[in-house]
Amino acid sequence: MRNHTTYLALGLYAASFCCYARTLYAPHLWLGRLASLLLLGGITAHYYALLERSYGTHTIPYDDLFGSMSLFAWLLGATYLVLEAVHRQRSVGAFVTLLLFAWVALVSALAPAQMPPPPARGPLFAFHVTLNTWAYAAFALSFILSIIYLLQHHVLRSHRLGRAFWRFPALDVLDRMSRSSVYVGLGALAFGVISGLIWEHRLTGAYSWGDPKVIVTFGIVGVYVAYLWLSRNAIWRGARAARICVLNFVVVLFSYTIVNLYLTTFHRFF
Amino acid sequence: MASASNPTSNALRRRDGGIRIALIGCNHRTAPLELRERVAFTTEQSLEAATQLRQRGILEEAVVVSTCHRSELYGVAGDTSAPIGDVLEEFLTSYHSIPRSDLEGRTYHWVGADAIRHLFRVASGLDSMLLGEAEILGQIRTAYRRALDHGATGPILNRAFQGALEVGKRVRAETEIGARPMSVSLAGVKLAEQVFGSLKGRSALILGAGEVAEQVIEHLRDRGIGSLRVVNRSFDRAQRLAARMGGEAVAWESVDGAISAPDIIVTSVGDVGAVLTREKMVRALGARDGRPVFVVDLGVPRNVEADAGSLYNLYLYNVDDLGEIVEQNRRAREAEIPRVEAIISEHVAKFEAWRAALEAVSIVEDLRGHFRREREALLRERLDAAPGLSSEERQRIASITEELIERVLAEPAARLRSSRGIAGHLSSVHALRRVFGLDKKGESGEES
Repeated sequence: MRNHTTYLALGLYAASFCCYARTLYAPHLWLGRLASLLLLGGITAHYYALLERSYGTHTIPYDDLFGSMSLFAWLLGATYLVLEAVHRQRSVGAFVTLLLFAWVALVSALAPAQMPPPPARGPLFAFHVTLNTWAYAAFALSFILSIIYLLQHHVLRSHRLGRAFWRFPALDVLDRMSRSSVYVGLGALAFGVISGLIWEHRLTGAYSWGDPKVIVTFGIVGVYVAYLWLSRNAIWRGARAARICVLNFVVVLFSYTIVNLYLTTFHRFF
Repeated sequence: MASASNPTSNALRRRDGGIRIALIGCNHRTAPLELRERVAFTTEQSLEAATQLRQRGILEEAVVVSTCHRSELYGVAGDTSAPIGDVLEEFLTSYHSIPRSDLEGRTYHWVGADAIRHLFRVASGLDSMLLGEAEILGQIRTAYRRALDHGATGPILNRAFQGALEVGKRVRAETEIGARPMSVSLAGVKLAEQVFGSLKGRSALILGAGEVAEQVIEHLRDRGIGSLRVVNRSFDRAQRLAARMGGEAVAWESVDGAISAPDIIVTSVGDVGAVLTREKMVRALGARDGRPVFVVDLGVPRNVEADAGSLYNLYLYNVDDLGEIVEQNRRAREAEIPRVEAIISEHVAKFEAWRAALEAVSIVEDLRGHFRREREALLRERLDAAPGLSSEERQRIASITEELIERVLAEPAARLRSSRGIAGHLSSVHALRRVFGLDKKGESGEES
């Protein structure tokens, strides 16, 4: 995981974070654009780091936890950049790039330098893992947006508006961005699960419905569908729905860590 | 639009070779409203005044900026021997037919970099009555475009006003001088935007038809509010306000039914106390399927029960809450002044460098003229004392000395043309002028 392009990506993420944080503190048009450009540069460098790793292991980086974590970070950055362009909102960038930097730094510090070549599993499997990782990245983004929603909501209710209050998007915008992220996540997860099931059926002629990872994944689909439904419901819309979204991400983290590492044999990455 | 770097501009062919940008004006700080009214310019008058100033040779380029808070004449000084400030003041008083004594101590006049700095400060909102207000930038843009279309501007004022517009835009993009609301009514509307984002297509209900209600409606209309309903105890008054603002009047008795529909409710009804109780708001929220509602209570005594503020998805702000926000915003705007001044200084320096570049090129022409005059005088003096020289020899001497002047000037001229960096040293240019006696009229760029 430690290579020059990873360090370059880390540097660009750090620089992007500095620019986003600076524009959050004091708005600056060109610095904001520079932050987006640096993030784009970081994502590009990160892509080449992943590619380099793929050449080394002869597969896409999904076969171990660290490769998967790195792919997750890359997809999180890319999804955020698209959302930023669609919703024309840079104020969340500081939080996303901070997470990106910390995540990639952790991965590059902990990951072993050399990986044994994984068994060949074919493109459908790669597609399955990439889509599922993308779904997790989109859910992470909705988690960040929901946290910001709750903070802004709290500030509005308390009437104690700080300097940063006016810099963040409106509650309605945060809510829409969060739901957009969840739609992306659910779409990616649905296709990811389907491609995984097809791959497994081709390989073994059966489906492992009882695998904890599969069960928890269906649970994730359930809680996020519930979030989307409740966020339109009279009693739940607004801050309560944002709280649900935050809690849902705990399930995602559980699936990504505890389930992957200890509960499943089928989806184990270590 | 004229090229900003046109070296053949009239402005460059002035007797002293320096470009003198001048300004005279009065604003809310220097003159009371009665006096500002007397020196204000209508659109036609501002163009007529610019024409007269140019025709009389007072200014070579002119722009008149006239708003409710200021009347200012900007220009590039012509070949007048009198101090430009006095000439402009004389023009201002005679144009408006007011005694000069009435304006005594009520105007300010600046020349050179100070005039540019003042223009940039005005464009950035630092010189406005409401610190950082954005309207002034539009007013400057209109005044400048009008003068440009009228042919009253030239390369110098084009550059100055384009710089001012750039400063205005930068200041608003990069600082918070104009970002936060400074009135209670606008603060309420801005907070609603923090809940709903764009207010386009949203609905609002206004309780009360007084001045405050009108201000709120104007802010809502500026933001493209979708539907607007006005409720007042006097239905006639509600109808009049609704008709004027493009809304719908609702009878006072129907207020309970009307509060369930809007996203924003603004109340400013005097002497009635709590019109909107917690129970009413609970019913209203239920009827609107829990969608958030933003309530601004500008009434004294309050028109909305304080308890209602604890309802889920109801954001309630009263006049004291908003007053506190406005006060915080005022402090925040004042804290931005040093950053705005830094942007202004950066652009003033840029303008001065550009101006110095123009002057640096013109100084070569002035030196050439100066050397030729000296050469002619010297030749006359020395050749008259040598009668033995043939006409061919005299011509040869004249030709050699002419060649000498060109050779001496060739290198500095080329260096000045090729190197923009040297143009930044305005003081060196002025020093050169002083050394060679090219400044006949004294200094430029000083406050008059």
